[in-house]
Amino acid sequence: MVSRLEFDAIVVGAGGAGLRAALELAPHAKVAVISKLYPIRSHTGAAQGGIGAALGNMEEDRWEWHTFDTVKGSDYLADQDAAEVMCREAIDTVYELERWGLPFDRTPDGLIAQRRFGGHTRNFGEGPVRRACHAADRTGHMILQTMYQQCIRRNVTFFDEYQVLDLLVENGVCHGVVAYRVADGDLVTFHSLAVLFAVGGFGRIYKVTSNAHALTGDGVAIAWRRGIPLEDMEFFQFHPTGIYKLGILLSEAARGEGAVMVNDKGERFMERYAPTMKDLAPRDMISRYIYQEVREGRGIGGKDFVHLDFRHLGPDVLVHKLPDITEFVRVYMGLDPARELVPIQPTAHYAMGGIPTDIDGRVIIDEHDTPLLGFYAAGECACVSVHGANRLGTNSLVDILVFGRRAGRHMAEYVREGAAAAGSHNPDLAIRGEIERLRGGTGDESAATIREMLQQEMMDKVSVFRTGGDLDAALQTIHALQERFRRVRIADRGRQFNTDLLEALELGYMLDLAEATTASALHRTESRGAHSREDYPQRDDVNWLKHTLCYRRDGRVEFRHKPVVITRFAPKERTY
Amino acid sequence: MNVTFRIRRFNPEADASSYWGAYDVDAEPTDRVLDGLHYVKWRLDGTLALRRSCGHGICGSDAMVINGRNRLACKVLIKDMGRVITVEPLRGFRVLKDLIVDMEPFFAKYRAVKPYLINDDPAPAKERLQSPEDRARYDDTTKCILCAACTTACPIFWSDGDYVGPAAIVQAHRFIFDNRDQAADERLAILAEESGAFRCRTIFNCTDACPRGIDVTRAIQDVKRAILLRGVSG
Repeated sequence: MVSRLEFDAIVVGAGGAGLRAALELAPHAKVAVISKLYPIRSHTGAAQGGIGAALGNMEEDRWEWHTFDTVKGSDYLADQDAAEVMCREAIDTVYELERWGLPFDRTPDGLIAQRRFGGHTRNFGEGPVRRACHAADRTGHMILQTMYQQCIRRNVTFFDEYQVLDLLVENGVCHGVVAYRVADGDLVTFHSLAVLFAVGGFGRIYKVTSNAHALTGDGVAIAWRRGIPLEDMEFFQFHPTGIYKLGILLSEAARGEGAVMVNDKGERFMERYAPTMKDLAPRDMISRYIYQEVREGRGIGGKDFVHLDFRHLGPDVLVHKLPDITEFVRVYMGLDPARELVPIQPTAHYAMGGIPTDIDGRVIIDEHDTPLLGFYAAGECACVSVHGANRLGTNSLVDILVFGRRAGRHMAEYVREGAAAAGSHNPDLAIRGEIERLRGGTGDESAATIREMLQQEMMDKVSVFRTGGDLDAALQTIHALQERFRRVRIADRGRQFNTDLLEALELGYMLDLAEATTASALHRTESRGAHSREDYPQRDDVNWLKHTLCYRRDGRVEFRHKPVVITRFAPKERTY
Repeated sequence: MNVTFRIRRFNPEADASSYWGAYDVDAEPTDRVLDGLHYVKWRLDGTLALRRSCGHGICGSDAMVINGRNRLACKVLIKDMGRVITVEPLRGFRVLKDLIVDMEPFFAKYRAVKPYLINDDPAPAKERLQSPEDRARYDDTTKCILCAACTTACPIFWSDGDYVGPAAIVQAHRFIFDNRDQAADERLAILAEESGAFRCRTIFNCTDACPRGIDVTRAIQDVKRAILLRGVSG
């Protein structure tokens, strides 16, 4: 059975970007937040180290310096107008969080406390600066809790545990979504004048990842299937300090507080690669250098990991500033970071690419910035682009707040103008066929097996270092797995809480995003930021200082390009 | 290593009552119990239903009863649980399917304590100041992830579903002792009611159960003391 609900605006995803947009919309519009999880289960809650904003509470800082760091960190692929907006508005969004009650750590004078973070510098690269505003190493948890609290205060309507399956688009205007109610398997159409996708990332396409099980990129794939391009998908960030094999994140705040990485010889190897910033160089570079150490035989015991050394920090720093990661190391590794070295390896962490948007969160569908009216995206699923080829630490939290707020504001205005006609009363529910096909499938393939093979292939061939041959092989594997996916058989044929069905759906989305990521990586024949092609080791500004737009047309992948917006920082070689 | 998972199963579309399913799981000793449940779901029986997301103790999705105690499945390792691991849904909530319970009554109680900062003074241009000492007073209760492990470990809650429960008191504590907040009396009045903090008999099950290491019983005592000191009535 299909039920129908109407709102002015729909927000899909209840992480930081979605909640921030909902808070902006709530006073002006009838808004509903739809999430496949409970709101406070979203992955914003796993962010640890801090949110970057040039408050200057601990030392001089300026948002222009933050902008420069963001642009340089992006390997000059970020759109500089967007980066400026983000770094300037970051300051106010942090104050706003504090006024909503966020329990930031404090300086002795009672100001918001700040710490160092990778790639954040004073005076255009002179040395590290204290810019990351923090609440111990659980800053994301506090942000998510604080915004959910404010949503309760404002009586925002939530639809928890609804899996969005499709966008309703008619005559080039978006006017709602189709969702699957997990509790009973019914479809619900949500009709609205505006829809925001704030659906997060898709790190689960990789075997070793810091991302939650839920991060399968459903909404991003849904947009792609609807003909919307995906921008800069070849850029996927590997965070250098994941717990070995598990991928659980050990925040850059560890290094911000003074922890260092060492190789098998006990050498602090980052001093060789980045003499100024050392262990606080950006993540893409450090992940490459870790694997370079491993390749040259200096991994620990000749294996594929190095050590993170907290031992000199003292128990006070661990207890008060890094309590959660200290506990992760104890629980999952059985190690005491105050006394023992911690094995780490790069872990798939963040998609710089995603659904293309302008600085108001409007989804754009081509290189001429043509918007798809009524459709917005914000947060990790979106590509504004403020992160370019490599995101700086803390900037994901800045992104969700600044662009969640901007998208919410624009949506409120768009809804007030009533610019779009309300959609059809009988939307095409082709998606119902897919659900029934999956539920009734009689094939012989297991979703879990296909998922494992996909994650392994992506880890082996589409991670930190890439070659044309590997990418080509990976693309063949993905196509073969997509073919096998058509023959998936699920065990649970029921309607209530059919998580077997949901996981199969998620796998379909993951396969599509793996395809877009790999095809885009094969397409870009240069090395920039997180995209490192061993067969094209140099950055090539002449041919590739541009964004990739990856389309799916009639089952095939096609590419177009969009220029990078450069305002005040001319591309330079990137050294730290 | 080989371990046996005994899982309390219930499918509302097929079963009149719940039953124990037994599954042989091949696991690494350092695997999480959640990994074992995934082994069952992904290799042995895809119909097993559970909630989980982050996999490392932050999101609060996978609280359940493991070997008789409330824990997060992603935060206990198989090697510490013995050769036979029993897994049941949280107690005191309606079971919807297998390990999935109805969380709505829990969140309704959370919402009832006004879990948001209330301060109607004009907003300053920058941050409100707060000393590190004032910030420290409510630090412990900011860690709560609303997993419900504490509330569903409480015998008072088992016997009286109206009791607001430890988690809601923890959430109220986080604001009552935040000196930026101005509505402590409103929350204390709610917690002074019959269903409030004085139902607690300091059994400490909540503190034992908390996967975040919050001293829940102490937080409840702080709230009781504040009610008495301020002479608030429900």
